[in-house]
Amino acid sequence: MLFFSFFKTLVDQEITVELKNDIQIVGTLLSVDQYLNLKLDNIQVDTEKYPQFLALKSIFLRGTNIRYIHLNPSTVDTNLLQDASRREAMASAGEKIAGR
Amino acid sequence: MTVAEPLDLLKQNLDEKIFVKLSGYREMVGKLHGYDSHCNIVLGDAVETIYSLTEEEGKLTSEQKNHTLVFIRGDSVILVTDGENL
Repeated sequence: MLFFSFFKTLVDQEITVELKNDIQIVGTLLSVDQYLNLKLDNIQVDTEKYPQFLALKSIFLRGTNIRYIHLNPSTVDTNLLQDASRREAMASAGEKIAGR
Repeated sequence: MTVAEPLDLLKQNLDEKIFVKLSGYREMVGKLHGYDSHCNIVLGDAVETIYSLTEEEGKLTSEQKNHTLVFIRGDSVILVTDGENL
């Protein structure tokens, strides 16, 4: 759930999503769910190459199609993210000990 | 510090440089800022290398891209190793 919470903090920020089929989409993050499906608004795509995006303004992206998400470093506290990763690792180790 | 389970390797490398091999003939080297149990990874100051073969001669070529901060979806991760002595 770490990255679900992480991307919730990036709602309303501009992000660049690179899909597994190489299409790059720039847009404002509207919402995210537990599968990291994304809703993007005011999208910008290279429409010379991908004219199918010409009429689209707001899109839903299924998470499995995503390869990378490029982030603006000014919107991310990397120390906080490192601590959160350690905490999540501890939590999942604890679950194993408890036999859950 | 011992590696009790595979993902501990990622934990030990937080804030260190790592090398990630990805599907699609791609590799990425950068500083590990975050990860989870799906191998979703966040790298800072990353350099991506994409390998391909030229169409006519079949020669191996590579292209590099820089990313200041990038989230990598875990399903394209093949392997992760320490990136200091490459």
